[in-house]
Parts: sequence; structure tokens; C-alpha cells
Amino acid sequence: MIIKGKAIIYGDDVNTDEIIPGRFLNITDPKELASHSMQGIDSNFFKKFRKGDIIVTGKNFGCGSSREQAAMCLKYAGVGAIVAKSFARIFYRNAINLGLPIFESLTIGEDMQNMDEIEINSTTFIIKNVTKNLELELQPLPAFIQEIINDGGLISHLQKKMKS
Amino acid sequence: MGQTISEKILSNHSEQNGVYAGDYIEANIDLAMSHDNTVLVHNIFQKIGGKKVWNPKKIVVVLDHRTPANTIKTAENHKRIRQIVSEQHIPHFFDIGQGICHQVLSENGFIYPGMLVVGSDSHTTTYGAFGAFGTGIGATDMAAVWTYGKLWFKVPQTLRFNISGKLSNYVSAKDVILHIIKTVGADGANYKSCEFYGNVVENMTMDSRLCISNQAMEMGAKVAMILPDKKTVDYIAPKKNVILDMLSSEDTCYEKTFDFNVSDLDPQVACPYRVDNVKSVEKVAGIEIHQAVLGSCTNGRLEDLFVASEILKGKIISKNVRLIVVPASRQIYLNAIEKGYIQTFLHAGATVVNPGCGPCLGLHQGVLAEGEVAISSTNRNFKGRMGSSHAKIYLGSPATVAASALNGVISDPREVII
Repeated sequence: MIIKGKAIIYGDDVNTDEIIPGRFLNITDPKELASHSMQGIDSNFFKKFRKGDIIVTGKNFGCGSSREQAAMCLKYAGVGAIVAKSFARIFYRNAINLGLPIFESLTIGEDMQNMDEIEINSTTFIIKNVTKNLELELQPLPAFIQEIINDGGLISHLQKKMKS
Repeated sequence: MGQTISEKILSNHSEQNGVYAGDYIEANIDLAMSHDNTVLVHNIFQKIGGKKVWNPKKIVVVLDHRTPANTIKTAENHKRIRQIVSEQHIPHFFDIGQGICHQVLSENGFIYPGMLVVGSDSHTTTYGAFGAFGTGIGATDMAAVWTYGKLWFKVPQTLRFNISGKLSNYVSAKDVILHIIKTVGADGANYKSCEFYGNVVENMTMDSRLCISNQAMEMGAKVAMILPDKKTVDYIAPKKNVILDMLSSEDTCYEKTFDFNVSDLDPQVACPYRVDNVKSVEKVAGIEIHQAVLGSCTNGRLEDLFVASEILKGKIISKNVRLIVVPASRQIYLNAIEKGYIQTFLHAGATVVNPGCGPCLGLHQGVLAEGEVAISSTNRNFKGRMGSSHAKIYLGSPATVAASALNGVISDPREVII
């Protein structure tokens, strides 16, 4: 699968209070939740973000609380993928479980600027910066994790399993 | 090859024999805890197609985050959780006022060495203080556990921490763990199991060990294990009496070993807006504060209240400071009343609120305004964590919080004359 979008870049250690502040956790409608994405770190997020855009970030993205709403709001906001140097472990699981494509590369972000055109091939694990004509290999995911993401998340994966 | 504590526990809970770091396994869950996010878990459980939970006796639900309900929306959420608990015949339900989930589970005998516990709360690492593999998961993972009682894990690499020396007066477990977080960084233990050893850990009370295992989450730890000993058994007995051979053998493979001597350690303070931005108290002493918070699943236990009450006994806090005290559980609250700590706090001018998460997550009971500064014994100082994103939070030990409340500025507890 090819994921295309513009890069929106953040630094290291973006925490879950920044992705979705605690005061919004009472919201149960995913679309309403999505409208508050990244409001703890970037009040201009929705001025630059278009559906399908790719968040490119440093190490330890999603650190902090276990709130699944952090991955959920980004998924429902229409984030195409998140590429990070590393993810905090609970966010990592939550994103996989919700079918939000995530990728790791230790050198991601170098030579990349906000709004660069990005293409990710989720089969070959190659990320391409179309604007700058650069390519980079991403760390491959174990097959069973890729399967959960491909099924659209753990819910549909388990539904499939229950049927079979 | 010898196994780490995590490898031993995960081996005991999976079909595979002798698992090691890097293996992917499916493991059987002993206990699944969720709190105010139980509605979210239940909604996903229904979406998966679940009707009856896999084992109601292995599920614990605690209301602690927004208690008593702070808005109508929260009240509706709590109401729905009470219905779910009743429909699913979940016997272990702790309604508002009983305390923070991690303390409630710890003091009611739910946790014992060698078990595998998951919680839909990041600070589930707390149970490592009992030698239990406790780790935080999200709501979808929890819904999968509710359905099958199993979850996939990657067996983590292990970091070993040897902590030796003798702590000075008014230097406590909180200072030790903040110092370690400063050294390894906020993601230094990401995806990893941490094991804490050394005479300092052996000499610690269970309250102190719980602080270490809880706060270790802020360096990314998947679990934060402490070898069970007589103190562990005394704490949980007579409720449970399970003890396993968890001693690692000499050929156990650790990814890295850290040695700390904490004899000269000063009180530590984590400065805005990162938990690994840690400085000795003298570097930040004198910073004016508006609020001081004593409580949370990290430092709201009886020994924390004791230390603070010693410092505040017979004194009045600064007129410019609101001191908010949140006992971590009803049991702690009762014990603190019996021992006179609560009276000391009230006479000193503190506001004592009901057991629960209190102001830690910025929803109620002491939200910060723009430009305000707080010193807090809680575990996170992220931007906006306790209210306005233009407020600042410094994290310190209960002693540092009490001394600072007294002086109106961040203060070294060793300089307060008792």
C-alpha cells in the first residue's frame, strides 16, 4: 500500500497530554475528539493539516498516559501515517490496535521540512521524500503486527478470528 | 541461560517454554484493571462481538480519575460503568472514594509476586514493587483481554539498576528515581523491563518501592521490577501467600547495568516541562510557587503523609500557597487521621480532598491558572498537565513539597527546622 501526504514535523517526546489534553477525554464521539488533536502542542495544527498528511517526529512519540484517545484522535482526524525515530510503547500498541499506520526509522526527519511531499510504501518499508527526491528505509514490522494493521486494527482482526 | 524476572514470569504465562528478550508470545492474563475509561473498553468489547467477559473475577474496576463526578458527562460515564459492572457480574468494583486504582489493588491483596497484571493506565508498572509483571495497555488491548484473557507481548530487554549507599535525611525514593530518570532520560527505558537491586532498595519500605516502580514509567519502562522479600510477603499476607524463585542467575543477560551510589544525593526536582529535566533542589530553590500538591499514585501513601506532617507540625503554610493533600486511598486517609497527620495538615492551612487522582491530571480539585507555578509529588510535569498550558509544574518528594508550601518558594527540606 502507498500512503501519500505532506509532512508535518514535530520534535522529540511529544506526549499524550499534548496530543489530546486531559480535559477532552470525556468526549466519546471520535470525530469530535479528532477536532482537538495536537491542541496541547500546536494550536495551528488544523491550519496546515489536510487529510492524509503524515506526522514526522523524533523519539518517544506518544509518551505519557495510556489514553487510547491519543491514537484515536489522530486516526479520526485522518492522519495518513506517523513516522518517528521511536514511539512510546503504549502509544505504539494503541496505534497498531486502531489500524493507524506507524513506522520507525532512526534517521527520519533529517533533511525533511514541513510540507514536503511524502510517499510511504508499507509493503517494502521505503519512505520517499518526493519534494527532495530522497529515499529512506523504514524498520519492518513483524508480520503479525502488519496483519493487524492491514485488517484495520485489532477489533476487525479479532472479529475475523472469531468468524473463522 | 538464566532468565530475567520478566522472562521468568512471561514464560510461566505462555505456552512456550523458556522465553527470552525479543520473542513474541501470547500470554495468559492473571488480572485486568480499568478505571474511569471502562466505558470505552466495554464499547470496544461489544464491537469485537463479546457478550460475557472471559472471567469476571479477574477483572477489577476502580473509579478514581474524576471522583466525585466533576461534570454531568462524568456522572453519566460513572453511571454507565456501574451498569456494566452489574451486567457482567464483576465482583471487584471500587466506587468513588476508595482511592487510586494502584493503591486500592496493592492494599487489598490483589497483587502478588510472579503474576501478570495489565491495566488501562500507564502507571500499572507500580505492581513491579511486588515482583509482579504489571504493565499499562490501551482500551482496545483491554477489550481483547476482556474477550479472551490473553494478549500478545514482545518479551522486553532488561535494564538492571544497582542502587547502593545510604540516603541522607529527607532524601527519599522519589529523589532516587528522579535522579535515575535524569540519567537514562524520558525514553531511556522505553519498551524495556527495569530491575532494581542494591541495599538501598532492600532497605526501602513497600511504600517507597511502590513509588520507584510507579515513577519509573516516566522513563518509558514497560515494567519496573523489585525482587520480593519478607517485606513483600508481610505486606500482602495473610491475603495471598505466593512467592516464586525469581532470583536471576549469574548468566542472566541484561542489556545494560547501571550502578548508582546515592549517599551524596540531594533532594531532586523535575523542572518544566519534562520529567527528565531534573536538578538538585538548590538549583531551583527560591522559585515562587502558588500551589503545592501532596498525593497521587506515586506519593500519596502513609509514609509520604508522615514525612510532610513532620515538617508542617505546629506551623502555618505561606499565605500565598494553596496546599492540596490527596491521600491515595480511604485506608490511608483513615490511618492518617488516626495518627494525627490530617489534623496537622488542616491546622497548617492545607485543603484535604477525597482519595483519588486529585489534581494530577488537571481536571478538578486544584486546576492551575495561567502563569501559576506548582510543586507536586505527582509523576508528570507536562505542559498543561494540571490545567493551563501556561502554568508550570515542578515535581519533588513529599518533604520538598511540604517545605516549599511552608516557605512559599521551592525549598530544600533539610533546611527547614523541625
